[in-house]
Amino acid sequence: MDKILCLLEENSRLTNRQLAAMTDRSEAEVAAALEAYEKAGVVLGYPALIDWDQTDKEYVQAIIELKVTPERDTGFDKVAEAVCKFDEVKSIYLMSGAYDLSLIVEGKTMKDIAFFVAKQLASIDSVTSTATHFIMKKYKDKGVNFPAPEDERDNVN
Amino acid sequence: MMNYNEILSKKVVDMKPSGIRKFFDFLSDRKDVISLTVGQPDFVTPWHIRDAAIDSLQKGKTYYTSNRGTMDLRKEICRYMQRRHTLTYSPEDETLVTVGGSEAIDLAIRACVCAGDEVIIPVPSFVCYGPIVTLAGGTPIYIDCKEENRFRLTAEQLKDAITEKTKMIVLPFPNNPTGAILEREDLESIAALIRDTNILILSDEIYAELTYGVKHVSIASLPGMRERTIIASGFSKSYAMTGWRIGYTLAPPEITEQMFKIHQYAIMCAPTVSQYAAAEAVKNGDEDIAYMTGQYDQRRKLIVSELRAMGIACFEPQGAFYVFPNIGSFGLSSDEFCERLMTEAGVAIVPGTAFGDSGEGFARISYAYSINHIMKALEKIDKFIHTL
Repeated sequence: MDKILCLLEENSRLTNRQLAAMTDRSEAEVAAALEAYEKAGVVLGYPALIDWDQTDKEYVQAIIELKVTPERDTGFDKVAEAVCKFDEVKSIYLMSGAYDLSLIVEGKTMKDIAFFVAKQLASIDSVTSTATHFIMKKYKDKGVNFPAPEDERDNVN
Repeated sequence: MMNYNEILSKKVVDMKPSGIRKFFDFLSDRKDVISLTVGQPDFVTPWHIRDAAIDSLQKGKTYYTSNRGTMDLRKEICRYMQRRHTLTYSPEDETLVTVGGSEAIDLAIRACVCAGDEVIIPVPSFVCYGPIVTLAGGTPIYIDCKEENRFRLTAEQLKDAITEKTKMIVLPFPNNPTGAILEREDLESIAALIRDTNILILSDEIYAELTYGVKHVSIASLPGMRERTIIASGFSKSYAMTGWRIGYTLAPPEITEQMFKIHQYAIMCAPTVSQYAAAEAVKNGDEDIAYMTGQYDQRRKLIVSELRAMGIACFEPQGAFYVFPNIGSFGLSSDEFCERLMTEAGVAIVPGTAFGDSGEGFARISYAYSINHIMKALEKIDKFIHTL
């Protein structure tokens, strides 16, 4: 596995020069590797991780479980693709276990999400049931604690 | 009224407080500062080690252990030394479990140094050796390790410093604060100087596992050196166990026996819970070391590369988790540079002078921090030096 990917996942602001220094490569080699990763769809974007609760943004997120009747040829892919198209849907995963698709959905209010589930998701033919769980508080996301823990180390020596 | 001036130990009163302490006191009032000063790992002790400690408590292992430390831990330390450093020590009479590497250093010096003895101490280095030597009645003889020598102690310098009073040479490598190491050929030329003498070596190997690209070599593994070497080491840096206060000495039985007496009277035994944790660490912690060393190495390369890109001359450290850049070209003393960096740019690093006068012109930057944290600090350092 390429170290560049691990480093970028932790901090996408690292420059090619910095990545090169940390992985014993030249800047040109790093640039070429990144271009190849982007082309191959390995690196899809460089988003920031934001704790929106620290801002004035009004929003609600919910995890929604969908039970779906798979289709003969396409299985769950077709319904997943249809669900992907909604801007409200931030993430979607095919799951093992008690239900089929797990969605993270975002709206301004709980009511927004309730309407979205009732009108948009529940009305899809192959969706047989939905269960909505509102996210109350985020403690950790993408490996980062919310809020970041304080450095408790003392200077002693 | 008590006249404290008359009753307190003159040796202790005359002892200077740690230079690094003064700077940290100043720093503690500043909450908005990004610090690169800490001398301990940012990792929490790996879970399996903590779990072993919890298990020992649940089983009620709360009594003193043998003064020397549990036999299980001593055996594991010896197996580890054999496995990773090809050194053979006896757990019975050559191994002593101590309260951190610091006690190990204290024992080694106090057990050997008499009034009038000289102890050679390469600087810049960790701040404790000189004061302990002085307390023991000895005289510290400092040797400045130069940047042009990659901060290594050279045999030529050592030769000039050795007198008939020389009792001991401290080898603090891998080095805090410079990150310098000594390789086999450096050690061989040092060994050649003292092989036929009665001079002892105190090899402080607390950072032995944290080397990059080069494996640590203990001077004790060289012909004729084991009999005169006291290895002081511990678990703090390699296993991220600073708070457990657990270390050890490895030395010939004749020396261990004397260190043991001081330990027995002053300490009794190292904390029992920490000994159980340490035994697990040294038994099953090789992968933890590999992981943490890999992380430190990336940060080391990042800092050195970025400082150099800023135009700051920076020796490439090969051990510990510090870089020791040369800040002499900015026309400020180390103290001034670090104070202004803190007040004007909000970044704290330690002036080189905190580690002895020879640190003038340098500063210690710790990379026991996350890459994100280091990046933030580096951006501010870059802006700051453009204002000078």
